[in-house]
Amino acid sequence: MTDPHAGLAAWVWLVLALPLAGFLVNGALVFVRPRANGLVTLVGVGTVAAAFGVAVAVATAVGPAHEPLVFRYWDWITAGALRVDFALQVDHLSAVMLLVVTGVGALIHVFSVGYMGADPGYARYFAYLNLFVFFMLVLVLGASFPVMFVGWEGVGLCSYLLIGFWFNERINADAGKKAFIVNRIGDTGFLVAMFLLFRTTGSLDFGDVLARAPATFTAGAPLITAITLLLFLGCTGKSAQIPLFTWLPDAMQGPTPVSALIHAATMVTAGVYLVARCSVLFALAPVASAVVAGVGALTALFAATIALKQWDIKRVLAYSTISQLGYMFVGVGTGAYAAGIFHLVTHAFFKALLFLGSGSVIHAMHHALHATHRHGDAQDMRTMGGLRRCMPWTAGLMWIATLAIAGVPPLSGFFSKDEILTAAFARGTSEPLWYLWWGLGLAAAALTAFYMTRLMLYTFHGPNRTGEGADAHLHEAPWVMTGPLLALGVLAVAGGALNVPPLLGGGAWLHHWLEPVTAAAAAHLPGVHVSRGTEWALVVLAVALAGAGILAAQRLLRPTELLPARAAAPETGFGRVLWRKWYVDELYDALIVRPVQWISSRVLWRLVDARLVDGLLVNGTAAASRALGWLGSRLQTGQLGMYVAVFVIGVLALLSALAR
Amino acid sequence: MSLTEILFWAFSGCAVVAAVLCITRRNPVKSALWLVVTLFALAGLFVLLDAHFIGVLQILVYAGAIMVLFLFVIMLLNLGQGAPADRRGLAGGIVAAGLGVGLLLQLSVLRAARPPEAITLPDGYLTALQREQGIVGAVARPLFAEYLIPFEITSVLLLAAIVGAVVLAKRRL
Amino acid sequence: MLLGPALAVSALLFTIGVVGVLFRRNAIVVFMCVELMLNAANLTFVALAQRLGVAGHVFVFFVMAVAAAEAAVGLAIILAIFRHRETVDLGNINLLKG
Repeated sequence: MTDPHAGLAAWVWLVLALPLAGFLVNGALVFVRPRANGLVTLVGVGTVAAAFGVAVAVATAVGPAHEPLVFRYWDWITAGALRVDFALQVDHLSAVMLLVVTGVGALIHVFSVGYMGADPGYARYFAYLNLFVFFMLVLVLGASFPVMFVGWEGVGLCSYLLIGFWFNERINADAGKKAFIVNRIGDTGFLVAMFLLFRTTGSLDFGDVLARAPATFTAGAPLITAITLLLFLGCTGKSAQIPLFTWLPDAMQGPTPVSALIHAATMVTAGVYLVARCSVLFALAPVASAVVAGVGALTALFAATIALKQWDIKRVLAYSTISQLGYMFVGVGTGAYAAGIFHLVTHAFFKALLFLGSGSVIHAMHHALHATHRHGDAQDMRTMGGLRRCMPWTAGLMWIATLAIAGVPPLSGFFSKDEILTAAFARGTSEPLWYLWWGLGLAAAALTAFYMTRLMLYTFHGPNRTGEGADAHLHEAPWVMTGPLLALGVLAVAGGALNVPPLLGGGAWLHHWLEPVTAAAAAHLPGVHVSRGTEWALVVLAVALAGAGILAAQRLLRPTELLPARAAAPETGFGRVLWRKWYVDELYDALIVRPVQWISSRVLWRLVDARLVDGLLVNGTAAASRALGWLGSRLQTGQLGMYVAVFVIGVLALLSALAR
Repeated sequence: MSLTEILFWAFSGCAVVAAVLCITRRNPVKSALWLVVTLFALAGLFVLLDAHFIGVLQILVYAGAIMVLFLFVIMLLNLGQGAPADRRGLAGGIVAAGLGVGLLLQLSVLRAARPPEAITLPDGYLTALQREQGIVGAVARPLFAEYLIPFEITSVLLLAAIVGAVVLAKRRL
Repeated sequence: MLLGPALAVSALLFTIGVVGVLFRRNAIVVFMCVELMLNAANLTFVALAQRLGVAGHVFVFFVMAVAAAEAAVGLAIILAIFRHRETVDLGNINLLKG
């Protein structure tokens, strides 16, 4: 059923079709003509850019509509009471996500042209990247849980394909596997939640479920709490929160634009989108919402501590992403759904900028190390240093992003982060637990400023540690790579204008834009209010902490005393704990991986498979047949006497039957 | 007891004893000869049961031709002495005895069976028929009337048997 | 009037024949026991013919004819086997084995 007022929004299918076509064409080119870089670029970048254009049109068209526009394309599942169509839903929330995915995606595609230009797998790369955009769009535009789940799994698949893009190295393939497997653990939660929702509400369409939810579920009851917690389990997997975050740092093995697109701007934000979409459900389950916010806050602080001691530039950014995602969950957990989405948008801008910038740096480092015949880790900050002299544009833009992420006004990050923290504090006035989440978030903010400044200092300032003669080979990236950085820089600066709070004289535009989606949930949330004075105090406190973090980093860290990686002494004490990421991977390995492997090998393989299935069922059946056959063969002796005896027995049997 | 009954039991006893001796003799010639005795006793029983023609045929064909044939073959193969391992031993004996007893028990169950009244002929019917048509005629008339086709087929069968026996027993075809 | 006893004798003779077939290993003796069984059946037919008509006698006639044919052919087979194998012991003739 198509709404007659849909207008341009009815073209939403085109937004999906374009990247899908890009995938098909590029995929075909992989086999037919893998060296046709020009054509691949045209198709790969062109489709996503065109998709962005259509997305703008769709978003504008849906502006005046306050009800979601649902476009059904075909019957997918019809089984008894279950009816799922392949349908897309365009409303204010999905419009925001749509623009972020296609817009930032298009910029990263342009960047990739330069970054991956010399790679032999160029066509394959763009094929995968286009496929990813397609699936991500299915995820954000899906009108029902199953369709969203298709996108959810699809982006997981593309993440696996792209992380292990250079699969010839074992470590890359392993990282891809780890990402996929850890995600699947979360997906079970999603699935079970879906089953429960269908069982209780009788439908899986967003419209139906969310409308029936207040009537079907008693607020705070165990059922709705279980459902939302299971959904959140899926979010912890996809959005890398405790306990399923361990895949994200490993995912840095993939190409840097992939890290920017998938593991910063879009895929990992799917969890936040899910919570925002199901805001009604989470509002009906205060315990679950508290868990969401709490996990988010803890993760934010936890990841920030790890980032303090990482030397690989991408690892620092990975943990930073995990930390910022934690902030987003604090936002949506507190009931400030618009704030969470706002931070999602601004984070997409500055984190993509940071990743792409680091991509430029790594690109230059590779070039320099190769030219000077040195073997070093191109991503280790100890091998960098003083790069602002050779790469001024990149350095300047990355500083903008650093200030944004630290929450320095008037950049975008300040507005979004601040809104979340204020909301948490406000909720704390009615439920004191939230003060704890607010405190954790504040501590994480301070650490964020510190470690980001550390990153900038070690990479761009101080003396250069790359080695003799490297200076000549370190230079700015080509414009095809620096151009998108510029665009993202502008967005990182100006993005705050999307949602300036009334406190600072703004109209909270994004908040009002998302109201048709969040209003239903707001009805079930406690109404909280903080005075203007408190708000100002909070803002000042946050900014002060950010500034303190930056200054502390500049004072305490000595880039001049840094030794190159090959000469550096190993970490000791608490620093070692942080550097080894609180030994989380080792813990999981001992607690989960080893036992599972042991069970699989000893029990399932040796016992069940070899002894039971092979031995008893397969070989046993054969042995039984053989035994029966042997028995039968004993009858074929060729001895006439025996035949006659059997004959007589048969006659006896017949007679006894007849005599009855 | 009437003479018929005495004779009946005499002939029956003779037949049974001779049959047992037949199957237990080691020498095949002796077995064959005891079988001849059995056949004679059976012929006597046939006559007692008003089957005079059949009784005579029994002596002529069975005892006179078939058993002679047997004896010919035994002599031809020079089996006069009898091989030592001619019987199946204890295990075989027990199996044979067991099955024999079983069969006997089964058959004894049928002792109570009687032909249905509807098709039973009146007493003395057979004797009257034989008086009317003669002993041979009583058998011959149905043979050439209702059972003509089986009769003819039997003659073909005998022809086939002759040819078959000759072919099988030839030294060289 | 002699039907019952006659049938009993017939059954007894038949059983003796069966035991003989199971017990003896000489092919010709086994054959003779088969003839014994046939005769027992003949006795049954004749005994019942008194009640059920002369068709019983006709049947015995046919049985005898067939027994004669069978004896001829069977003994010819035994002769042929003896020529190849030098034995008529049924325990040694086991080409049907397997």
